[in-house]
Amino acid sequence: MKLIFEEGSEGRKLSLLPECDVPVTEVPKALARKTALRLPHVSENEISRHYTKLANRAHGVNNGFYPLGSCTMKYNPKVNDQAASLKGFTGVHPLQPERTAQGAMQVLYLIEKYLGEIAGMDAFTMQPAAGAHGEFTGLLLIKAYHVSRGDTKRTKIIVPDSAHGTNPASAAMCGYDVVSIPSQEDGCVDLEALKAAVGEDTAGLMLTNPNTVGLFDKNILEITKIVHEAGGLCYYDGANLNAVMGIVRPGDMGFDAVHINLHKTFSTPHGGGGPGSGPVGCKEFLKPFLPGYQVEKNGKDGSYTFVMQDQSYGAVKMFYGNFLVIVRALTYILTLGKEGVPEASSNAVLNANYMRKKLSGVYDMAFDETCMHEFVMTLEGLKHDTGVTAMDVAKGLLDYGIHPPTMYFPLIVHEALMVEPTETEPREVLDEAIEVLTEIRKQADSDPEALHTAPHKTVIGRPDEVKAARTPILRYTFED
Amino acid sequence: MGSYVPNTRKEQEEMLHEAGYKSFDDMFSCIPASVKLKKPLNLPSGLSEMEVARRMEEISDKNVVFKHIFRGAGAYNHFIPAIVKSVVSKEEFLTAYTPYQAEISQGILQSIFEYQTMICELTGMDVSNASVYDGATAAAESIAMCKDRKRHKAYVSAAAHPGVIQVMKTYCFGSNTELITVPAKNGVTDLDELAKMLAADPEAACFYLQQPNFYGCYEDADKAGQIVHDAGAKFIMGVNPMALAIMKTPAECGADVAVGDGQPLGMPIAYGGPYVGFMAATSAMMRKLPGRIVGETTDDAGNKAYVLTLQAREQHIRREKASSNICSNQALCALTASVYMAAMGAEGMKEAAVQSTSKAHYLKDQLVKAGMQTDSGSEFFNEFVTYCPDQDGMRSGDVLRALEAHGILGGLPLNDYAILWCTTEMNTKKEIDNVAAIVKDVLEGEV
Amino acid sequence: MNYPEELLYAKSHEWVKMIDDTTALVGLTDYAQSELGNLVFVNLPEDGDDVTAGETFADVESVKAVSDVYSPVTGTVAEINEELLDAPESINETPYEAWFVKVANITDKEELLSAADYKAFVATLAE
Repeated sequence: MKLIFEEGSEGRKLSLLPECDVPVTEVPKALARKTALRLPHVSENEISRHYTKLANRAHGVNNGFYPLGSCTMKYNPKVNDQAASLKGFTGVHPLQPERTAQGAMQVLYLIEKYLGEIAGMDAFTMQPAAGAHGEFTGLLLIKAYHVSRGDTKRTKIIVPDSAHGTNPASAAMCGYDVVSIPSQEDGCVDLEALKAAVGEDTAGLMLTNPNTVGLFDKNILEITKIVHEAGGLCYYDGANLNAVMGIVRPGDMGFDAVHINLHKTFSTPHGGGGPGSGPVGCKEFLKPFLPGYQVEKNGKDGSYTFVMQDQSYGAVKMFYGNFLVIVRALTYILTLGKEGVPEASSNAVLNANYMRKKLSGVYDMAFDETCMHEFVMTLEGLKHDTGVTAMDVAKGLLDYGIHPPTMYFPLIVHEALMVEPTETEPREVLDEAIEVLTEIRKQADSDPEALHTAPHKTVIGRPDEVKAARTPILRYTFED
Repeated sequence: MGSYVPNTRKEQEEMLHEAGYKSFDDMFSCIPASVKLKKPLNLPSGLSEMEVARRMEEISDKNVVFKHIFRGAGAYNHFIPAIVKSVVSKEEFLTAYTPYQAEISQGILQSIFEYQTMICELTGMDVSNASVYDGATAAAESIAMCKDRKRHKAYVSAAAHPGVIQVMKTYCFGSNTELITVPAKNGVTDLDELAKMLAADPEAACFYLQQPNFYGCYEDADKAGQIVHDAGAKFIMGVNPMALAIMKTPAECGADVAVGDGQPLGMPIAYGGPYVGFMAATSAMMRKLPGRIVGETTDDAGNKAYVLTLQAREQHIRREKASSNICSNQALCALTASVYMAAMGAEGMKEAAVQSTSKAHYLKDQLVKAGMQTDSGSEFFNEFVTYCPDQDGMRSGDVLRALEAHGILGGLPLNDYAILWCTTEMNTKKEIDNVAAIVKDVLEGEV
Repeated sequence: MNYPEELLYAKSHEWVKMIDDTTALVGLTDYAQSELGNLVFVNLPEDGDDVTAGETFADVESVKAVSDVYSPVTGTVAEINEELLDAPESINETPYEAWFVKVANITDKEELLSAADYKAFVATLAE
């Protein structure tokens, strides 16, 4: 397939703009561009077909089952997209006078309130554009808090070795040293290791519950207590909230700050890698440090205003956040309501346990107990017996049109495949996936070579990643 | 109650039993009662689609959507071709995950490769990443690219967008980096001061210059770049991608890193987001770029293939040693920018840029004729500042309110006297003449 | 698996070639490169940097991982092997020629093994 630069020919174009109706001003010669700007020379027809071809080589939730552990690839409702296209939202300038943007401010006000209720937090900032951005934002709250109390010897953030890579990376961006504590065999936090790790230099702990192996850590109240007693704060990575929303609240588990992934738990589309939204919530005592603006409602006339907190540590983004993503999430929360939120999480957990139970005879489960919204299979035994790895099974799934589960995460399970079906899948889709995975298991015995070289039916085979990294070609080079 | 759970209650019961549970409560018994919610969430009840659609429309109707917009300051009302929206709403692009599984994601990966190429073309730089959150975070992340063991202080021009400076300050608070502001003089960076400050500081890692700057003025980027390099520091330029169609590229000015916000390239103003941050660099700085990057390779049959590459820079591999924590970026917005650039082509982008600056010059002339005052001299792209003459107590608020009454969003009030105006190719001569007429009336006390 | 006799080895899988009493070349052993897989990039220190026995002084990247390289000696970096930056695959192909750094002013060493002892040590790892 051609690159768009290889399509079209010199002189082809669209007729998009009228002639200039005022005298033309040129850029001063000294400031004018000298290098030619080379963009495609294509007609609208060619553009339309090019991107249709590209779309046919992409695979979204809309195409099929997408059981990516820790990504919550649930169905993206179309009414959310419709709301996000309303001219009353897309046509508003972020710096309009407040009284002309009351609708937009109401969106922010409502979602701050609803997320606060779901998370058990007292205040929210909608600025962060993604989960990792939220982690950075939340850790800065913790930093600002300790700094405000002159508590500058708190230089360490504790992170379990099972954590997502963004956790320690975010801590490092906040100037913290990362203390990694080992997980127990059951994937849960080792309380003794935690007690040994906390001290006067502990700024905080980053944790997700359910944890990254899909289990609910029953000791959570004890964990947050240990950290609080040492003077540290507790940060909740909301990536796994789809397991427990409406059933448990991070605020009730002892967490002081959280981030939520709207593009996971709240159904906003992944877009091939973004835009997401990672709003951060916190308890009252951290509210004064929040970045950006919060929306407050005037008690008398019900109008909305922006307020910057007294000790705000600044801003993590320009303006208020990924607003249209927030519109989608609000639409979703209004649709689900107080009954729909726990219904979603309950069925997310049900679908995961259903698959786990039915695959138990086929693959080794990393843990033999009730999981939350996702479960981890370990293919270490399979690799040992047949040579077929988690990678091979994942690539084998591609030939069936099913997006593979998350591979090789978390790091504490060897040859891991982490499966998260989500609540929006019908039973038959789960049954079909189970059948396919069972077929592949059989194939591991009968024809492992085919799996080593899978996929065979996709538009390319396995790419040479070593070559890509050793000799990076990161752009198209024009022929002149 | 609205729901996207397809399985009926009956089907759910059957599945529960097959999974070995008596009930949902039984399944959730692994969660201690001490943390379980004892009552329903205090949220309104769920709604049918018809009700939700109506509700969101009602909320959106409370916003004023101005037909005539003369405000920029980081959010620009450019023309968006219909093909852009059409492509970007394709389900395969909209609902796809990050392209980690290259074999079924060639469409996404190729579109990112094309985006990276276009950003390199626009900025003249050697390599681009797949996007970051916005222009402000791109500016903040560029500082981390330039620091090393000896040089760890960052300098920023006071003429950069205050929102960008604020985000840079926040990121520097995180990384314990000293951020020093270089003052502005007559609407542009004081380059003599810059030279003095850098000469006195062997720990200076980088200097960030916005081009055009927050006030719309063109900076002398060549000279700034020379000063910065003479001092042994790195030169970062924050640029308006639309202006680059006709303006000297950061590469031509000797920049080491070029960043900016791609919002003008096909994204609606949408109350601030989602926009897209682009980051491009020289090949020497390639491995310092944060975020995802797509590279070209081949598969085992020799077919051309695209893949996420240089991943060893990123958080999922380097963890706390990664220079950035970024995971998800603004992929769909980067796609938007690519489709926009393909649709406009070089000619179209030049035309939009020329019209944006021409209309700004025309508006300025008309406003001066109407009685507004301006600073003399500074050349500008599509934004400029005027001052209300201090007579009869007329203030920027009065001017803007009068415009608002006519459905016009005037420039951004910087204070009681100064207004930062903006035009794009969308503003017609008729609109501009109308603005000038209303301003004239206000200043003459006839409103 | 190759174990040149004239070299010394650290348990963290680096080799040391003493040029004289206070100068040495350092690289990764054959065992190390086979464990790490195809290497795509090397992050080296700079000339003049201090290195300390037992501490990391460089890292190597494969497609999916980053691994630290530990210095077997304490001293100062006199020279880095710039060719490695363009051709990291030479570490996989000829590990004992793909030196990372030349260290001078050596004042201390980790416990270094002979070729035979290192080979025996590697054999225990396979169990």
